[in-house]
Amino acid sequence: MTISVNGAERECAEGSTFAELLGELGIDVRGIAIARNDEVVRRADLGHERIAQGDRIEIIKAVAGG
Amino acid sequence: MADVLKIGPYELKSRLIVGTGKYPSMDVMQACHDASGADMITVAIRRINIDDPTGKTMLDFIDRSRYAILPNTAGCYTAKDAILTARLARELLETDLIKLEVIGDQQTLYPDTRGTLEAAEALVADGFTVLPYIGDDPIACKQLEEIGCAAVMPLAAPIGSGLGVCNPYSIRIIKERAGVPVIVDAGVGTASDAALAMELGVDALLMNTGIAAATDPVRMAIAMKHATLAGREAFLAGRMEKRLYANASSPMRDLIGTPK
Repeated sequence: MTISVNGAERECAEGSTFAELLGELGIDVRGIAIARNDEVVRRADLGHERIAQGDRIEIIKAVAGG
Repeated sequence: MADVLKIGPYELKSRLIVGTGKYPSMDVMQACHDASGADMITVAIRRINIDDPTGKTMLDFIDRSRYAILPNTAGCYTAKDAILTARLARELLETDLIKLEVIGDQQTLYPDTRGTLEAAEALVADGFTVLPYIGDDPIACKQLEEIGCAAVMPLAAPIGSGLGVCNPYSIRIIKERAGVPVIVDAGVGTASDAALAMELGVDALLMNTGIAAATDPVRMAIAMKHATLAGREAFLAGRMEKRLYANASSPMRDLIGTPK
């Protein structure tokens, strides 16, 4: 199925959880937070919440700023 | 008695809040944080680079046992984006603190007042401790306070401009009428700007470029620490009245060469 991650389309296996997506992308869950379709996905839910076709996913981190 | 700053449920010993942007290196940034005496530090929130997601994040360079983190919504041009950014920051950092920025224009980086009010209302309702960046506008500041913001943060001058306090009279009016802390945010360029802002009676300063873009940032961090303290003490001390003409400090009686 096709999803969007940080503005770029990508393919994702049916039934994937957010934790599986992060693993596939090589992202350490400790330094990030995720939103799906403009709603935050809680850290505690990443292991069981499943991604759906067409989801718009944002993965963010803390960066330098004032 | 300790001069503690209370922002919502939070207490700060230092009245200088500093950023993490534009430093020449992480080592210099950390040395500046230490030298500034600050106990609250701002960070921004951005997308991770999916093509290279490894490596450190800003959180690897901040000792959270020492510093409170104040995430910002810098770069957001709509209330909707600012609200989502704030919620993501809360999830990432486990803090309800948010420095709310809804930017209106790329060249001035002036706040969009309408968008800021809209986002502030939603975030306060969602349980955030909201510190909004806003123009030096007493009415907007009062409206943000009435919405339930924990502080208001009027700009001294445009972000990153280093122009100092462009409108000290507005800042004074904002402070006189505010029932929440007033934090001058943006535009402080050097120590005298910091001291002047604090002498106006504001509760704290938030700065980034003023330190980070100095030729010697660590030395400027020290200067800003002292200037913030000096301005605060001068305000609390109450300055003398200004006079147009001289008023001698030494006695005018018993001068030599005068008739007894």
